[in-house]
Amino acid sequence: MKGKIHSLESFGTVDGPGVRYVVFTQGCPLRCAYCHNPDTWSTKAGEEMEPSYIIEQYNRNIGFYKDGGITVTGGEPLLQLDFLLELFTLAKEQNIHTCIDSSGIVFNSTNTQWMEKLDRLMTLTDLVMLDIKHINNEKHISLTELPNKNVLAFAEYLYEKEVPTWIRHVVVPGITDDPADLEALGYFIGGFTNVKALDILPYHDLGVPKYQNLGIEYKLKDVKPMDKKLIPELKKHVLRGIKNKRIELGLIQA
Amino acid sequence: MRPEWTDFVGGKWENEINVRDFIQKNYTPYDGDDTFLANPTQNTNELWAQVMELSKKEREAGGVLDMDTKVVSTITSHGPGYLDKSKETIVGFQTDKPFKRSMQVYGGIRMAEKACSDNGYTVDPEISEFFSTHRKTHNAGCFDAYNDEMRACRSSHIITGLPDAYGRGRIIGDYRRIALYGIDRLIEDKNEQKASTGRVMTDDVIRLREEISEQIVALKQMKQMAASYGCDISKPATNTQEAIQATYFGYLAAVKEQNGAAMSLGRTSTFIDIYAERDLKNGTFTEEQIQEFVDHFVMKLRLIKFARTPEYNNLFAGDPVWVTESLAGVGVDGRHLVTKTSFRYLHTLTNLGPSPEPNLTVLWSVRLPENFKRYCAKMSIQTSSIQYENDDLMRVTHADDYAIACCVSSMMVGKQMQFFGARANLAKCLLYALNGGVDEVTKKQVGPRYRKVEGDVLDFDDVMQKYVDMMEWLADVYVNTLNVIHYMHDKYCYEKAQMALHDRDVFRYFATGVAGLSVVADSLSAIKYATVKPIRDEDGVIVDFETTGEFPKYGNDDDRVDEIARDLVKKFMTMIRRHHTYRNGFPTTSILTITSNVTYGKATGTTPDGRKKGQPFAPGANPMHGRDTHGAVASLSSVSKLPFNHAQDGISNTFTIIPGALGKEDQVFAGDIEIDLSQV
Repeated sequence: MKGKIHSLESFGTVDGPGVRYVVFTQGCPLRCAYCHNPDTWSTKAGEEMEPSYIIEQYNRNIGFYKDGGITVTGGEPLLQLDFLLELFTLAKEQNIHTCIDSSGIVFNSTNTQWMEKLDRLMTLTDLVMLDIKHINNEKHISLTELPNKNVLAFAEYLYEKEVPTWIRHVVVPGITDDPADLEALGYFIGGFTNVKALDILPYHDLGVPKYQNLGIEYKLKDVKPMDKKLIPELKKHVLRGIKNKRIELGLIQA
Repeated sequence: MRPEWTDFVGGKWENEINVRDFIQKNYTPYDGDDTFLANPTQNTNELWAQVMELSKKEREAGGVLDMDTKVVSTITSHGPGYLDKSKETIVGFQTDKPFKRSMQVYGGIRMAEKACSDNGYTVDPEISEFFSTHRKTHNAGCFDAYNDEMRACRSSHIITGLPDAYGRGRIIGDYRRIALYGIDRLIEDKNEQKASTGRVMTDDVIRLREEISEQIVALKQMKQMAASYGCDISKPATNTQEAIQATYFGYLAAVKEQNGAAMSLGRTSTFIDIYAERDLKNGTFTEEQIQEFVDHFVMKLRLIKFARTPEYNNLFAGDPVWVTESLAGVGVDGRHLVTKTSFRYLHTLTNLGPSPEPNLTVLWSVRLPENFKRYCAKMSIQTSSIQYENDDLMRVTHADDYAIACCVSSMMVGKQMQFFGARANLAKCLLYALNGGVDEVTKKQVGPRYRKVEGDVLDFDDVMQKYVDMMEWLADVYVNTLNVIHYMHDKYCYEKAQMALHDRDVFRYFATGVAGLSVVADSLSAIKYATVKPIRDEDGVIVDFETTGEFPKYGNDDDRVDEIARDLVKKFMTMIRRHHTYRNGFPTTSILTITSNVTYGKATGTTPDGRKKGQPFAPGANPMHGRDTHGAVASLSSVSKLPFNHAQDGISNTFTIIPGALGKEDQVFAGDIEIDLSQV
């Protein structure tokens, strides 16, 4: 099954452990205001590629990926389950570390056929990086144009399936940096023992030129990039939420 | 055993000049981390503050603080010079004071005059007269022998940067020999060498005998120079300070005698470490003292300066000396060559601050100890001052006592040297092929009058055939120009100090180089895979192109174009190899314009890949800027397909990346670990 691919990056260092071969899939239902890859939104664009071609490209420079692997990001990778299944089956045949970077927005527990594929995909996936845009549903809708119900359900699913997960969260000044929201996010993920890392990312505006090229209005043009120095403090709010939840569940002592 | 060698493990090195054997039998590999390193001493800080002050004055004075205009620089031309004699543990300047540039005339008197006049000084007229009338220079010799074609190629810049008016450099004396053996023993050895030459007086034997005599003179002068600083280097060094000082005097002699395009130091740190280990064990010196010697040594190396012209500085981007010191690497017996002094050298970047000189070059191997790798990474992040080269690749042909001259030229220390040969402009050569030897900028007939390209669309096979013919011509005129240059350099500007620190029978690399590789590869790819229409001016010279359609670009791990680049290197090198080379030099080529790519681009017309007239080439073997769209690994992969066996003088790839793209910052990222709740 061919995938619809936006682009390939041979030297990814921020999308999972080690140096990684990164596959950017084409198409995403979310319209995050801060998205720095708006060119991956449309499901109509992109180049069709065979999974075997991607593995071939990976193998050409396999020496670079010793401690890394393949990361599929996007766009929204879970829009293309059949492609992912074939790609990761091939990857696992040669023991490549596999990672999916997803928003979980297309998670659909009522579609049994889809869920069956997802179950199989998860057995081939070493790591999921789940990007939770906003813990508050209203604010999620205003940020991304869609509710976060599926996202949160996907997080619970990953916990049930014990899939190693990193939680990512972009903090945008005035939009996603409210301490109460951050703590609520921590509280939500606090009980998930499959969560191995927490990645609080400062919002940047490096994607703005892409909007100009695509002729799309950039909604955050009045918002300044997040000051990196504030990140450790903001992260503490999330950690506090995690801690409270874990105390409540009796996982740790108060 | 000599008293100076007490506690050393003996061996072959005792009876023959063999520094490598001494190192292998005596060095102590170090697997630990950087925690043992010492801070700068107060003297170091004070001396460095003095240097900073002088640097500031030099900048304010427009780049040069003082120049000698009367005394021709030789090993013994100047009395001792100091920053502050009472604080310096390692001494010696090129002239009688720091920041005063010496006058070097044997390469060419006009260059020396221009270097002075461009900086507001005037060479003593008597010197000018003497070196124009009574004593010929290297530069004058070259122009006596050049033919018209060579001159035309020079002025059209299809061959650029030729060392015919300045020192060729790229020779590394084995300066360590002075420390290990002392000058007297080296002179003894040279006398034996001289007595061992053939009895039939052929040109070669006569030249060799004359050269060895010159070398002996140089050794004697080194002793004299050292004595003027109150140092006796006639005997072996007895401790770390003396070993560093003796090594530095050897290097200082070289830079007093030669204003070379690259004056590299060699591979000294692990050698010095043997003395440091002995001194630490015997309580002769403390770690602080040893670091101070290293700091002061490096401080001196940072203050090596030459008188140069603005044109030279344009070509080489700044005023580089290329005091390259090669560190680490792995030995042929499998032990790595990292010692505590490898750390100490890199630590100067902390103690004295970051600096491009000396060019600290780590010979990288996957087998270097983890702690050292981490330290290198840390120092690179902090200072951006370390160069890395692939030891696993070079060790195969160069064993474990080679060093880098300039930025990538590798050679076995004391056994091999290089005739530096600048670069041929392959992109311009392609335009010559299209235009039947007519220069696209000056419209002059520079190359041979081969048939030019006809028709409205460039045909790959036709262009390739014409290009190969034109490259044959270029290789011919290029190699022969270099033959003239090196003949004259040996005759009028012989490097007697550096060659005195070599074996008798030296292996000579005959280096050539190419510029514009990625421009040509992409141009040929465009002609092959897209449609390229030539646009001719009123004289019928192709000056522009109209390219329609997509074509694979070098730098994306795409074999269709990467193979074009690879074949070009092989083809050109094969052509070079077919020529006679001066003194049977072993021909090599390099793909390494690190900065002069701008200058080469300026002199080259529009090319079929879309590069416009005057726009810079990519540096070295780099893909053209912005054309590598598949990330760094794919870009590096394209470069790595270039054949080292056909580019043995080195392949460089200038790699720039924003720190954020190399990974997350510590504080922001928890990483692949359990979430740390201890902070809340």
